[in-house]
Amino acid sequence: MDIRKLPFVNLLRRPGRTFSLLLLTAFLALSVFGGSVIVMSMKRGLNNLESRLGADIIVVPSSAQSKVSFKNMLLQGTTGAFYMSGENLTRTLEVEGVEKAAPQLFLSSLKADCCSIRIQIIGIDPETDFIIQPWIEESCQSRLGDMDVVAGCDVGVNASDTLKIYDEPCHVIGKLAATGTGLDSAVYCSMETMNKLLKAAEAKGITHEITSEDEGLVSAIYVKVKEGCDIGKVNSAIQGHTRKASAVRTKSMITDVSDSLSGVSRTVTWLIAVVWILSFVILLIVFFMIANERKKEFALLRLLGTSRAILGSVVRKEAAVCSLAGGLTGVALSALGLFPFTGLIEKSLGLPYLTPDVSTILLTALLTVAGTVLVGSMASFWSAARLSKVDPGRVLRGN
Amino acid sequence: MKLEASAVEKWYLRGNGESNRFFAVTKTDLALEPGEVTVLTGRSGSGKTTLMNIMAGLLTPDGGRVMLDGQDLYAMKDDELSRLRNRLFGMIPQGADVLPELTVKENIILPQRIYRSRSRGSFSDDDERENEGLLSERCMSLLEQMEISHLCDARAKELSGGERRRMCIARALAGDPKFLFADEPTSDLDDDNTRIILSMLRETADSSCAVMIVSHDAEAGEYADTEWRMDGGTLKKR
Ligand SMILES: Nc1ncnc2c1ncn2[C@@H]1O[C@H](COP(=O)(O)OP(=O)(O)OP(=O)(O)O)[C@@H](O)[C@H]1O
Ligand SMILES: [Mg+2]
Repeated sequence: MDIRKLPFVNLLRRPGRTFSLLLLTAFLALSVFGGSVIVMSMKRGLNNLESRLGADIIVVPSSAQSKVSFKNMLLQGTTGAFYMSGENLTRTLEVEGVEKAAPQLFLSSLKADCCSIRIQIIGIDPETDFIIQPWIEESCQSRLGDMDVVAGCDVGVNASDTLKIYDEPCHVIGKLAATGTGLDSAVYCSMETMNKLLKAAEAKGITHEITSEDEGLVSAIYVKVKEGCDIGKVNSAIQGHTRKASAVRTKSMITDVSDSLSGVSRTVTWLIAVVWILSFVILLIVFFMIANERKKEFALLRLLGTSRAILGSVVRKEAAVCSLAGGLTGVALSALGLFPFTGLIEKSLGLPYLTPDVSTILLTALLTVAGTVLVGSMASFWSAARLSKVDPGRVLRGN
Repeated sequence: MKLEASAVEKWYLRGNGESNRFFAVTKTDLALEPGEVTVLTGRSGSGKTTLMNIMAGLLTPDGGRVMLDGQDLYAMKDDELSRLRNRLFGMIPQGADVLPELTVKENIILPQRIYRSRSRGSFSDDDERENEGLLSERCMSLLEQMEISHLCDARAKELSGGERRRMCIARALAGDPKFLFADEPTSDLDDDNTRIILSMLRETADSSCAVMIVSHDAEAGEYADTEWRMDGGTLKKR
């Protein structure tokens, strides 16, 4: 037994008190860490979306609006079984100011034997595509050839694997980086490959909303506007020139979302600040009460010859160890509650949600724990310092 | 080594207003010398504990000084005074205060390990172990003399009043203090134990320690070199 062991002995032999303090500090760390990670993930998801999105305008069939909203399509990567004539692609290209127009064809999602999740197949035109191909990672070739596919990050295959779709072997030439949206479970292939897959499905008696006979259908057209052209004007021109289709500007939609997101993140930041301040006040009160209850204990230590400085360090150490444990517990609980459920959070938020990289998470965890320890030590130290100003002979009188 | 209080006084405010000063101890002189047992008696509330705390460096007087070999205790820095009290003073508080969660043995050893904790200082490992062993032996022999050695691993909060008091006595003696302050050390003890304790305090004084005892026990007088009586904050020789 010596004075340096005393803090630990005090903590261990009063488990109830220690546990309550631990719980309190754990709650502090949990809310701060959890809140920060969620906000960072939303920001990262949106930034990623912004940089990923090469299209200024998206054109979809008018009927699509009743099935999925533009917002969901863009933010969550939701696709659907809606189609329009390929003529609209030609018409779009005719519009003044259109630099590029890339069609995509959505096939309703299907259960592939490779993975537990439903995947969706999206046909693209490798010649004109400027949306997907620039993002192919680790690929040996950047163009999609016959029976080649590119997989989203949640599809359980690796580059150069073979993925069987309707028993047709497809060559995976690359994987896409995480987007934090539904597109992570998509598989991209050329229109010709899509047609072959449809035929294979029909041979097996599986039907889709479209058949292999349907020529030149598209689900969406992604448009890039020429440098210097007014996107709004181009957008209305496309709107007027195409048939049974609606065009929408992507950037303005993202700006809307990012505005509301910065509102959300401001709110969360405030909430975190309030949690910290509240916790600090609560911790102060708790330590104040504990110190009052332990007044005699501290006075006795002083009576036995413990200097103010040493008593202070005992109390501080006790609080630091306890809030360190609480901080770590809080961060761990928060991590357990967040990281396994990113998919769920992504869905319920309806926004792209990309967890920050490991080093950022570790740094956040470290700062959270350090902050918790600091707050805990400060609160305890203050109450102990207040007490040790009183002469021990004044506290310890008779009974 | 001599501990001398000169003209110490302590007052408290009673009721409201500055006018209601109440003197717990009026200007008092008292000297404690090694080898002597000083016994202080007096009615409850007469200021005995207050005076003892002032002597022991635990309560700042409102006037006067307490000098130890020319050093004013209350002019020292907290750090110095604490260290000095830890090394030279032993105190048996009237409330028999203990650290409730520590065992009896830990309670007794802890004060000796506030400044001389393990692996601090210049001791080698062997010296350390020997020190540790000596301290433990000393602790056990004190507990045996107090007849509570069987309780050495019990938590202090589990002890009875008398057991606690005896533990406090062992705690004060373990550091071989030069000044021992015992505030009613025998108040909840039976006659046998009272005799044991008082003779132990006498022996301690004989090994050149200054012992100050506050006691209501008539028996304490038999062990005293000097007897004082406190009456309403004033000290009178008996
Ligand atoms: N902190 C304080 N505030 C107000 N009054 C105090 C304080 N400390 C002591 N007193 C008063 O000073 C007087 C002397 O107290 P002290 O404890 O020295 O008495 P005592 O002689 O030790 O009594 P007992 O024999 O009951 O222990 C008492 O009347 C007490 O009420
Ligand atoms: Mg008293």
